[in-house]
Amino acid sequence: MSERPIRVLVSKCGLDGHDRGVRVIARALTDGGMEVIYGGLQQTPEMVAEIAVQEDVDAVGLSVHSAAHMTLFPKVKRLLDEAGASHVLLTGGGIIPDDDAQKLLDLGVGKLFGPGAPLEDIVTYVRDEVGKRRSSDAP
Amino acid sequence: MSTNGDRAYEQAEKAWREAVEKSSTRDACFRTLGGEELDLLYHPGADAADGDDYTEKLGFPGQFPYTRGVYPNMYRGRLWTMRQFAGFGTAADTNERYKYLLEHGQTGLSVAFDMPTLMGYDSDHARSEGEVGRCGVAISSLADMERLFDGIPLEDVSVSMTINGPASVIFAFFVANAEKQGVSRERLAGTTQNDILKEYQAQKEFLYPPQPSMRLVTDTIEFCAKEMPRWHAVSISGYHIREAGSTAVQELAFTLANGFTYVEHALERGLDIDAFAPRLSFFFNSHLDFFEEIAKFRAARRIYAKRMRDQYGAKNPRSMMCRFHTQTAGCSLTAPQPENNIVRTAWEALAAILGGTQSLHTNSLDETLALPTEKAVKIALRTQQLLASESGVPNVIDPLGGSYFVEALTDRMEEGAEAIFARIAENGGVVKCVEDGWFQREIGDASYRLQKEYEAGERITVGINKYVDEETGPPPETLRLTQEMENRQVAAVAELKSKRDAQKVKASLERLRDVARDPSRNTMPALIDAAKEYATLGELTDALRDVFGEWQEGNEF
Repeated sequence: MSERPIRVLVSKCGLDGHDRGVRVIARALTDGGMEVIYGGLQQTPEMVAEIAVQEDVDAVGLSVHSAAHMTLFPKVKRLLDEAGASHVLLTGGGIIPDDDAQKLLDLGVGKLFGPGAPLEDIVTYVRDEVGKRRSSDAP
Repeated sequence: MSTNGDRAYEQAEKAWREAVEKSSTRDACFRTLGGEELDLLYHPGADAADGDDYTEKLGFPGQFPYTRGVYPNMYRGRLWTMRQFAGFGTAADTNERYKYLLEHGQTGLSVAFDMPTLMGYDSDHARSEGEVGRCGVAISSLADMERLFDGIPLEDVSVSMTINGPASVIFAFFVANAEKQGVSRERLAGTTQNDILKEYQAQKEFLYPPQPSMRLVTDTIEFCAKEMPRWHAVSISGYHIREAGSTAVQELAFTLANGFTYVEHALERGLDIDAFAPRLSFFFNSHLDFFEEIAKFRAARRIYAKRMRDQYGAKNPRSMMCRFHTQTAGCSLTAPQPENNIVRTAWEALAAILGGTQSLHTNSLDETLALPTEKAVKIALRTQQLLASESGVPNVIDPLGGSYFVEALTDRMEEGAEAIFARIAENGGVVKCVEDGWFQREIGDASYRLQKEYEAGERITVGINKYVDEETGPPPETLRLTQEMENRQVAAVAELKSKRDAQKVKASLERLRDVARDPSRNTMPALIDAAKEYATLGELTDALRDVFGEWQEGNEF
């Protein structure tokens, strides 16, 4: 299987406009050799899942600072699963208490990164996690 | 040294002393702990000062160009206002928190709205799901505003409201509520943030395209100039620009440039500069770099005063005074070792005080995790009270004035800002730069550059890339909001909609659309009338959207 670059959709979900993190991460993933699609602000879970499928991404990074993470992450996860895209890594970050992050992990959401998380950790995590998923998908 | 310079200095000092005589002094001890009496200001004296240079660049406090402070006796007369930003859940929940803060010595209120309210959606809108009351209070109509201020005397407490996209609608709810409480609009004191330019640049919570948004802001400035002498219609905000990742000098320059843009629009509306400029106020961030922040605040006053007098022809000294609120930097706080945030916030607050702020919000230690708990909020408020009561800092005005370092940094801030103003002008002015995404790119570049410096270990964040604790303790207790709260609020909005006089609501919305279509008319009276009929936030923003359209930013990063 030829290795195409990792494709990542990064987007804000929910209504808040705190886009510093998502923009910095979009740049870091690009610098890390990935193809980044920037979904922009205020995407609904439906729009995120739709773009993810259309663009055939390996990972979706959602940024949530509005405390709606317990609503938004599960909804995106469910929509991705329903669209036959359960192999897509759903990760992200924002203002998310640890115990909520654990609950989301239990639901099949990937690791979530809080303020101050090193960019390198995020890039490495996406690369490794997508790598694992690709090799397990391989015939 | 010129004798003219000496004379200018002596006259300035005399005028300042007379102004101090006329000002009141607060009841406090102004001696050092060792018992030394302290002057309220230290200054070079006519012999030591290079006369013209001192009066032109610094001046005495309360004198043009206000570098040393906007009032003659600053904190000797009155301390800054301790104004903690708060709001969560339903209006009734937040009403309780306000009463708690007022009982604990807070002197003004500051309303945080939830995301749906900030984006102009009612709590029962599909897009509001999961976000109602989460990071602020949910206000969907006048009915919610009535509950928010129940039992709070609006003629005595000044209220600041952080609302931008739908600012004029929320302002209409506020005015309508006060009038129903029996407080006439001209007695209301407070501020609406209402700074739409920085929304496009940084905070990204806008509803309409830039041009009609500027018209709505100008409507509120005009309305306040004519009807609400104690209200600050706009709080021109650098806070969010900085939080989005700008440098200090970008924060300074972009914010002031935005301010001048509002001034220019109000002048085009035909308003006299001195009829509205005394009520323009600013809102800055106080970040980690202690002296750079102090220099930024001092430079802001000097730049603003010069432009307002020399470029816009202000005559009233109050029109030239850059009065500002400050909030410590949320983005400087860390999730690991959250107690360290108390210390960061304390020195950021100290920088704001040394920079001569008029009011201050100190962040709570747990804000990287969730909305603050009551205990965390109290520590944050106590931090200000400690600085005010124990540090001795407010005893002397502008204690760093004359420091070679701080004066040099202040000059450099001013030069840096002037260079940025020139670039904005070259690129067609503020509104054009917003439409082109210029500010957004500049901030994005600065934010990524700084992040890379931290990643490379050139810069240190304690607890993140140095002095990291291997063992993390149990997570601190955080404020949890329930789905039940959201359900209650959604039901209340639905109930209100079924109980109102639907015909009157419809007619009031139609009148608003008519007014909005005519740029020569002011939208505020129609908004207040519709608010009194209990038209909701969503209905009112939709009516304006019908006329103005929507706005989306480009998808570059």
